[in-house]
Amino acid sequence: MAPVIRRARIASGIALTAAAALLLTSCAAEASGTADASGDSAVDAATATSLADFGTLADLEAAAKAEGQLNVIALPRDWANYGEILDLFAEKYPEITINEQSPDVSSAEEIQAAETNKGLDTAPDVFDLGLTVALQSTDQFAPYQVETWDDIPEELKEPTGLFVGDYGGYMSIGYDSSKFTAPAALDDLLGADYKGSVAINGDPTQAGAAFAAVGLATVQSDGTLDDFQPGIDFFGELQTAGNLLKVDVTTATVASGETPVVFDWDYLNAAHTADNENWEVVVLDGVGYAGYYNQAINVDAPNPAAARLWQEFLYSDEVQNLWLKGGARPVRMEAMIEAGTIDTDLADALPEAPAETVVPTEEQSENAGTLLGEKWAAAVQ
Amino acid sequence: MTLVATAGADAAASAPAPAPPPGRSRTGLSFAWLGLVPFAAYVMLFLAVPTVLAIGSGFFTDDGSFTWANVAALGDPVVLTTFANSAWLSLLTAIVGAVVGALVCYALLGMNPQGGVRTTVDAVAGVLAQFGGVMLAFAFIATIGTQGVITVFLRDGFGLDIFANGNWLYALPGLILPYIYFQVPLMVITFMPALAGLKPQWAEANLTLGGSRASFWLRVGFPVLAPSFLASLLLLFANAFSSYATAAALASQGSQIVPLQIRAALTSETVLGRENLAGALALGMILVVGVVMFLYSLIQRRAARWQS
Repeated sequence: MAPVIRRARIASGIALTAAAALLLTSCAAEASGTADASGDSAVDAATATSLADFGTLADLEAAAKAEGQLNVIALPRDWANYGEILDLFAEKYPEITINEQSPDVSSAEEIQAAETNKGLDTAPDVFDLGLTVALQSTDQFAPYQVETWDDIPEELKEPTGLFVGDYGGYMSIGYDSSKFTAPAALDDLLGADYKGSVAINGDPTQAGAAFAAVGLATVQSDGTLDDFQPGIDFFGELQTAGNLLKVDVTTATVASGETPVVFDWDYLNAAHTADNENWEVVVLDGVGYAGYYNQAINVDAPNPAAARLWQEFLYSDEVQNLWLKGGARPVRMEAMIEAGTIDTDLADALPEAPAETVVPTEEQSENAGTLLGEKWAAAVQ
Repeated sequence: MTLVATAGADAAASAPAPAPPPGRSRTGLSFAWLGLVPFAAYVMLFLAVPTVLAIGSGFFTDDGSFTWANVAALGDPVVLTTFANSAWLSLLTAIVGAVVGALVCYALLGMNPQGGVRTTVDAVAGVLAQFGGVMLAFAFIATIGTQGVITVFLRDGFGLDIFANGNWLYALPGLILPYIYFQVPLMVITFMPALAGLKPQWAEANLTLGGSRASFWLRVGFPVLAPSFLASLLLLFANAFSSYATAAALASQGSQIVPLQIRAALTSETVLGRENLAGALALGMILVVGVVMFLYSLIQRRAARWQS
């Protein structure tokens, strides 16, 4: 078995950047030394950077089952189909208990939880993070490249696998079609029909989805992501028109009709169809605003093998199709379309992608954050 | 957040207690203090230590070096606006709560203290004074939200749209009603003992000396009650000032009051690295509440003279 492992390692090593290759070689040397003595059980899961370090998927599964626990955090069951995904993992690996902690906390709080619980067996094993937090918390992550690594577009993954995009979508407008006609452009929402009806999922100075809503309003108002002011101005006008609704959006507010028009990720808006059959999702024409959520492994994970098995599981064909079922675009979508493993019915049901798509850089999102901190409260008061 | 929540609970819990029975403190040497140890340890662990840590964090950067930057950020226009918002919201709801609550107490005075009405109102006030937070926010959304029963009833039955100029429930003005909802009962439970302490003999003495009903209130009632009233008013102010969960569940945009700014600094996933600003904001709140509590204790000391 050992030669096979080594070959796999070499093959994947070629595809990697110089730094990652270096890291990998040192691991390989270490692992092969012990592998001769006692086989795969001697693998240190905490430093494994790919499946090859364990051997086969069966070896990883065995190591994860031996740990018997997986601590996940900030995974709401109604967010991008996480409920079904968690249930599938539990069904597939009944030996591993999933501990779902604080499903509703923010990305920033996930990192805080890892820091405060460091060394305890309750610390989160894995994270699901917005890009801003992921970029600024790389010290907290362990690099890992899943088996399907090559299918993931370069721009959606950190080169060494510290964090990797997993599922995403476009900023969209969800609306109750029994009360409103479909908004064709942003300015439609300023009309008197939408009096007290337009809500955002969160406050943009705090929540990634709301931040993206202001970003979308910016690019739809012919601005660029270098300056979010046009977006802030749009919501200011919406407030002046009396159309902005400032209650926190939840599944319950959508179901009761309290929030009939909602800015949110298209997959989250799509999920509301289950509670309100008239709920429709629009991704506006022109420039679209996209965002992917990232998976990462806690460098201090109490269950390092289970954490890595969770990653392999999330990037498998089966779960990638489950994202699609939740209305999100899985990161391996292009490759799966080519390979013919995508669920085409689900893929066709997605809202059509806008002609042009923007994603903010780290610098743009920092500047936008500062600007929002100064201007947002006054704009919507 | 915990800090804010506990501060609120603490403010409510420290409602003017009946004066300690006289004679309890006569012994110089006793082990009575031993009984206080568990409570003191609890307060130390869950109130004092977190408070010190929170305030301390305001003076340091993420890397642990000393800085004035967070405290200086208290002068930022956005932060000043939220402090002003918190202050006027608390003051307004405290005054309305105190006046309405005092009138309720006065009305109750005529009832038999052991009677059904008095005991029911006492019990209900005790419950409602603590009925803040998410459940209160939900109650308001369900009744006067956009699709609330009262909103719909007024709109369909009388053609009256309470949100004709846009929805105000989920903004700063929308917090006034829910806050008054828990302020009035708190006033009732804190002010009732003072009002009940008005001795009938004083009214009789006033009448005997040829005074009228008006002169009784003007020269005896109001002066005696004024310290208790002001003390309760300050308590209500502190109660509203530190209230967090109701606002968090209702007003999602703009973090218009200080506790919501603290949440934003701690949990934001779009503006990172401001955790220590939360400590500075907490310091600002503690200063305001500290001043209020100091005034409260001054007035309370004066009020106690009449209650013995």
